[in-house]
Amino acid sequence: MLGKLDWSAIPFDQPIPLVAGAVVLVAILAVLIWVVVKGHLPYLWHEWITSVDHKRIGVMYILLASVMLLRGGSDAIMMRIQQAVAYQSQGYLPPEHYNQIFSAHGTIMIFFVAMPFVIGLMNLVVPLQLGVRDVAFPTLNSVGFWLTATGALLVNISLVVGEFARTGWLAFPPLSGLSYSPGVGVDYYAWSLQISGVGTLVAGINLVTTVLKLRTRGMNYLRMPMFCWTTLASNLLIVAAFPILTATLAMLLLDRYLGFHFFTNEAGGNVMMFMNLIWAWGHPEVYILVLPAFGIFSEVVSTFSGKALFGYRSMVLATMAICVVSFMVWLHHFFTMGAGPDVNAIFGIASMIIAIPTGVKIYNWLFTMYGGRIRFATPMLWSVGFMVTFIIGGLTGVLVAVPPADFMLHNSMFLVAHFHNVIIGGVLFGAFAGFEYWFPKAFGFRLDERWGKAAFWFTFTGFYVTFMPLYIAGMLGMTRRLQHYDVAAWRPWMIVAAVGMAVLTIGVICQIMQLVVSIRNREALRDRTGDPWDGRSLEWATSSPPPVFNFAFNPDVRGEDAYWDMKIHARQQSFEHEEPEYQDIEMPRNSPTGFVCAFFASIMGFALIWHIWWMVILGGIGAFATFVVFAWRDHDEYVIPAAEVAHIDRVNLEERRSLVSMAGAV
Amino acid sequence: MNLLDPQGPVAAANSTILVDSVFIMLVIVVPTIFAILAFAFWFRASNPKARYQPDFVYSGRVEMVVWSIPALTVILLGGVAWIGSHQLDPAAPVPGTGSSMRIQAVSLDWKWLFIYPDQRIATVNTLTVPAGAELNFQLTSSSVMNTFFIPQLGSMIYTMNGMVTRLNLRADNEGKLQGISAHFSGDGFPDMMFDVNVISALAFPDWVASTAKSDVVLNEDSYKKLMQQGIERGRPTYRLEDPRLFDLIATQHIPPGPGPELMSDAGRPHSGGHDAR
Repeated sequence: MLGKLDWSAIPFDQPIPLVAGAVVLVAILAVLIWVVVKGHLPYLWHEWITSVDHKRIGVMYILLASVMLLRGGSDAIMMRIQQAVAYQSQGYLPPEHYNQIFSAHGTIMIFFVAMPFVIGLMNLVVPLQLGVRDVAFPTLNSVGFWLTATGALLVNISLVVGEFARTGWLAFPPLSGLSYSPGVGVDYYAWSLQISGVGTLVAGINLVTTVLKLRTRGMNYLRMPMFCWTTLASNLLIVAAFPILTATLAMLLLDRYLGFHFFTNEAGGNVMMFMNLIWAWGHPEVYILVLPAFGIFSEVVSTFSGKALFGYRSMVLATMAICVVSFMVWLHHFFTMGAGPDVNAIFGIASMIIAIPTGVKIYNWLFTMYGGRIRFATPMLWSVGFMVTFIIGGLTGVLVAVPPADFMLHNSMFLVAHFHNVIIGGVLFGAFAGFEYWFPKAFGFRLDERWGKAAFWFTFTGFYVTFMPLYIAGMLGMTRRLQHYDVAAWRPWMIVAAVGMAVLTIGVICQIMQLVVSIRNREALRDRTGDPWDGRSLEWATSSPPPVFNFAFNPDVRGEDAYWDMKIHARQQSFEHEEPEYQDIEMPRNSPTGFVCAFFASIMGFALIWHIWWMVILGGIGAFATFVVFAWRDHDEYVIPAAEVAHIDRVNLEERRSLVSMAGAV
Repeated sequence: MNLLDPQGPVAAANSTILVDSVFIMLVIVVPTIFAILAFAFWFRASNPKARYQPDFVYSGRVEMVVWSIPALTVILLGGVAWIGSHQLDPAAPVPGTGSSMRIQAVSLDWKWLFIYPDQRIATVNTLTVPAGAELNFQLTSSSVMNTFFIPQLGSMIYTMNGMVTRLNLRADNEGKLQGISAHFSGDGFPDMMFDVNVISALAFPDWVASTAKSDVVLNEDSYKKLMQQGIERGRPTYRLEDPRLFDLIATQHIPPGPGPELMSDAGRPHSGGHDAR
């Protein structure tokens, strides 16, 4: 009846996951009860859960990423404590638990923190920057988000029901095969990534289509803000790379479920094939994450320097060069597999070539600051912190692209330090910069600057104190994923890294405090004009938060930095004070398709993991039927009458006029 | 285990390339970081002396320079990578004094087996080698992937079941070194560290002779016991019955090692994981 599932799946003998799971469960229940008792449920259902508004979906993506950041961060804290204490002892985490933690940490941070954070920001901002009313496929957008949430849910269920993979975040066979990992851990891993992978793929298709097909009048490709370009590049990579991941995991699952031999030791299976396939996805994946971050920094540096982005066309070229070359370097993840000198050297040099466009980007940001009038608001701090940190990560990255150096550093703590250097220093700093920068746009009030700056300085310092020691440990021969060790020379660096982790934790607490304080002071921090940072692109041309239709009139774009031009134009000629002629606007209806589909997908995923076949069929039929019902819909749009559009728009227009005339007077 | 304290020519060459590459990059990285901080500081909004040039958004000369600097660096480093990859290919010969030593290494769950086919001996978790001689390693795995790595001797290489990888090293100085597995392989992974004893070429035959006296024999049967999942705390030595044992493992005539033995209905394996403690 319940497949492999019984009471022994609950780890009653292991207090840490049990207590953690119980706390999370109580917290979720408490929030649910509060929502129901206070009567917020209808609001949540109509305005958020079934929403197909790209801004709301973007916010939900970021919320999911933030919650999962806390989960992945807790894993990181546990790992750093374990390695600080497990010198000549077993520490406090037995191997079967420690191995789950580092596997979950990697999986969560990449798939359920970094990915939803950048996809959330792209969702929120790109249609606004393009001057359009929504993404190309609004309902599909909602489906994509909820499937990502399903993946995150399954990973969290594994905390209390069964176990998570103990194989590392890429689940290399044969270790992840049925012979060596007979438990459900790898199945949790693979099915959560399969389901959320579908979500990511549809998000990618949606954003590519949006950028290619839905631009406002005059917004040709070479007038798009840099963030739109990096969104395009990143989502092209998603569309090209995620099917490889899906196929690879499907083959692994066939090995595990149906006795296939793609990657087994026996019967002609080939583990090297898995290595090649997973990294053919895995290397583009890091550019999927970091390219949008580059876009965010481009927007932030330009806005806060009060200048257009330096060398815009050069930046576009660099972005697309990274997009293409990133597909040709995957082999550098396994130089030590014995491929031979020609192959190693060619992939090593190809990897270094990516450093050229990346270096160009750094210099162009540098010259954007040159001759600027730089305001050091929190987003700008994150950006300057990024530039300095990312160069160091780039240096160590090019170093491990030199095969003979990699022969010493591969899989070491040096490598761990390197990719945290680029992912924290690049992607996470970028996500935080974007969060601080666009928060007023999403919610209509700014974030508290004092707490924001404190969060930056603690995170920045904490990063260096945590990860510089790991570089040193790697130089001392320490490899990654050690549950305990006996080498005295490594110990001090592990202790320093644990201290750094504490500083990073303070940074996260400051970030949470910033949110709390800002929500409390929201009236004082209110952004009435929609343009709190003196912005340059079109998202600042509408109110904060924008109306559901984004723009009463699709803006007419006459050059790069569209909104900046409009402001200058308006100051010179003063706004025409006559009332514009408002028209009816059609918007897509909200739809529970995404939520219902993900609900059935969750059931199906859970049932697949535990071999509960009747439930698999139920979930599968449910998810499919949801789509069929959606496909037969009669009405998919509703009309906002011109009078209501006028009513909503007039308020903001007045504020904006006063802003421009004030600025004009100065 | 300091990578910058090499004890053999391969490690020395690797770490030279490592250090040189860092210095080549520092030449442009340090000025760039300095420029970022300097520009950010000087052009702060509160500095009245800084000249605001909002129209300085394109310069062909600057673009020329910013594309050339990283390109030239990469050309230089690419040369280092190309030459280094060929000279330091793990399979390339490393000339040494005297005749070269053949050593066959097998990664097991979770220990290292070292077979000396020409000396008819085998050891677990200790590798004893003569100083100065070329060491020809052939490597394979009994089950999952591992990586054979002696940090102070140089290059690491994967071990995979059903396949043989090659690595040539040389140890120049007598002494004790440590080796590790550098690829996660399951619950007993941290205990896959092994001792490396580098002894003088003169003392080596004596060590071989005393080891060959071992009354424990390594053959297919004892190997199959050894490959069960578990940790080996001792340092057993064996007399090798069949010098072709490695080939039997690498060609899968001896099937791959088993995983954890029992499994509950809940899908959480009961043994295996617990042995690791």
